[in-house]
Amino acid sequence: MSRHRGLQLESHKAQPFEQPLLVAPPPRVATMALDQGSGEEAEAVVEPGHSVRVGTVIALGRGAAAGLHSPVSGIVRDIGLRPTVRGTGRCIVIESDGHDEREAGMAPLDWRAKDSTALLECIGAAGVAGLGGAAFPTAAKLELARSTGAELLLLNGAECEPWICCDDALLREQSAAVVLGAQVMLAACGARHCIIAVEDDKPQAIASLESALSSAGDARLEVTVLPAVFPLGAEGPLVAAVTGREVPHDGLPPQVGVVCQNVGTAAAVARLVCEGLPVVSRIVTVTGSGILRPANVQAHIGTPLADLVAACGGYLGSQHTLIAGGSLTGRALTSDAVPVTKGLNCLLVATPADLPARGAEMPCIRCGDCAGVCPAGLLPQQLHVAAQADDAAALTRFGLAACIECGCCDYVCPSAIPLTARFRAARERQQLRERERRRATDARARHERHQRRLHEQAAAERQAFDEARRRARDVDQTGD
Amino acid sequence: MTSPTTSPPHIVAGFTVPRVMFQVLLALVPVAAVQAYLHGPRLLWLIAVAGATALACEALALRLRQRSAGPHLRDGSVLVTAALLVLAVPPTLPWWLVAFGTAVAVLIAKHAYGGLGQNPFNPAMVGYAVLLVSFPLDMTSWPTPGAEWDAVTGATALDTLRTSLRQSYTMQEIFAGPAFGHVGGAGSEWINGGALAGGLYLLARRVIRWQIPVAVLAGIAVPAMLAHGLDPGAHAGTAFHLASGATMLGAFFIATDPVSAATTDRGRLIYGAGIGMLTWIIRSWGGFPDGVAFAVLIMNLAVPLIDRYTVPRIYGHPRK
Repeated sequence: MSRHRGLQLESHKAQPFEQPLLVAPPPRVATMALDQGSGEEAEAVVEPGHSVRVGTVIALGRGAAAGLHSPVSGIVRDIGLRPTVRGTGRCIVIESDGHDEREAGMAPLDWRAKDSTALLECIGAAGVAGLGGAAFPTAAKLELARSTGAELLLLNGAECEPWICCDDALLREQSAAVVLGAQVMLAACGARHCIIAVEDDKPQAIASLESALSSAGDARLEVTVLPAVFPLGAEGPLVAAVTGREVPHDGLPPQVGVVCQNVGTAAAVARLVCEGLPVVSRIVTVTGSGILRPANVQAHIGTPLADLVAACGGYLGSQHTLIAGGSLTGRALTSDAVPVTKGLNCLLVATPADLPARGAEMPCIRCGDCAGVCPAGLLPQQLHVAAQADDAAALTRFGLAACIECGCCDYVCPSAIPLTARFRAARERQQLRERERRRATDARARHERHQRRLHEQAAAERQAFDEARRRARDVDQTGD
Repeated sequence: MTSPTTSPPHIVAGFTVPRVMFQVLLALVPVAAVQAYLHGPRLLWLIAVAGATALACEALALRLRQRSAGPHLRDGSVLVTAALLVLAVPPTLPWWLVAFGTAVAVLIAKHAYGGLGQNPFNPAMVGYAVLLVSFPLDMTSWPTPGAEWDAVTGATALDTLRTSLRQSYTMQEIFAGPAFGHVGGAGSEWINGGALAGGLYLLARRVIRWQIPVAVLAGIAVPAMLAHGLDPGAHAGTAFHLASGATMLGAFFIATDPVSAATTDRGRLIYGAGIGMLTWIIRSWGGFPDGVAFAVLIMNLAVPLIDRYTVPRIYGHPRK
């Protein structure tokens, strides 16, 4: 048993390593989702008919969305709704001309000569985003770390989902890039040292990383090996496992002096430094019993998943569930036309054997197995009662906000209660209620302002009337 | 090509309620075997009566409540209730009393409160308590082991100890009596051994967790040890208490019923310790053959309070 709460799951990571890292050809048509996984859309700056090259800015970052660059050279054909990882979303559709000409002016960066502000600007301009799955703009995260004086850069190579191994593949092949990226990030955010966290089921990745570290000879960087427990790769549990500090429930990691980045993000930064290339590709694990030759695939952003399936030999069998991400937290997809995004780490082509059917839901028997595995220290059995009753006070008391929706409670529940889905629904109901409350408050304030204005208007009119009457009386008196 | 969308997580461990209940039934085999060996095969007949009554009552209740019967009849929870009740009552009890107790457990203690997962009281113990207060004579005479199964019946070791102490017998005289064995009650020490074996199996299979059994046993052992140390002439020792009555059955099978127990880790320690201490108190000063049933029912009452004040600290929230 591990001291970390969570699940020790059967690993399915061996198969993709029977193949070398595949490189998928650039797509004929690149579909660039404006929402790359963070939940917010970038702002398109091209129009249908524009011609673009590899690296041309096609959308500007805003809020939680990083900027977006064309992965191919060709012509923008359309900007419109397409199936995406998150269901349907606005996409820029670029038809490739097959030449893959790069945008002019992309050159290696002399990063040691730049100060942190300039580095952050370069990282932001290159559209670097959290490649672990969140796709949050890296520059914004590093900027926050710099302004709060976070001293530890924590690189996440834990990769705890049982099927996903793209970070493992990356570390095996490109550890030097990860180390270089870490050094650049340190320079950009001003952190003093960097820990690269890897789970102990990846001995080759750890060996590769250690040799890259010894050749870099940078004492600020070190590797920490964690036990393979799901969901140790999630930000909160990872920070606690590595540093022993907990991110405050209403705060962010920099408040405890930590900034988290994925190892893939570090490699993307290295690529920017070495080649001047913005983020136009990533490694995706294509796996599951429904795929002929599971593999890790270096794919361009915007490549339809069907192309990745084809690169891995195609489908095996006829019954599949496509899942973007892992078997515990991934989203089920309805189509393989969905394009690769920066946040997509894995395409799981699952057969019914991979996903044993969930039994019929039974009443909760309060066994507490869920509480035993909850990495947030919650009591899902109590939270469930509160969610069913839609009891807002109890939901708050039992810590709904701290739920990271990892799915551990569902996994162990002997009553097959879809706890995670219930908690997500409860959270959405709370947000809805909050919005409605705000709307009601606004409406009331508006109404009161309106009433006040009417009142003042009436008073002013009355005053004007009195004034006029008095004046008329005065005139009458003086006139006589 | 793709199957319908589902919401994450997409995998489950597959350890279901029926499997939990089956594991509990399996773990009851040793204690049932020891009882059947000591007191005769009538126990198996009583188990059959109780099991059939429980299933019939479950089906009836589900029908009255307009719920689909299939999954609940198969979940095995009523069979666990029936088996625990039979193992707790004297094996000489008339079959129709066993059926009556089972019906009370299933219809009133379980379904009147909303069925599986909703009952605040342990159903088997409600059935036991109703039988005990309604039919005290039948419920307090146990067969003496070694004799023909229905030939000789008498009070249990716990009963004998209490009544004899009141009649100012000495410990030595009392323990020489036929109701006493090596450390606990004659026979009941073997029954407790069987229950302990099954309980350790449940622990090993992680069907139950350690907090409740350990706390119950400590709750009995610690006061027994202190009292025996202070006044060995008036109080039996720890070993006697642990090996007599329904100690092990209570600690591993009855108190661990998750539905009616506290649900937090700390809460389970408090809940178990409360059961242990009340058991010892009822045994020492009460008027019943054993204290486990009433101790469990009293602590069931305290569960909402215990759960409310033992909510663990949530990640990222300040330590109090």
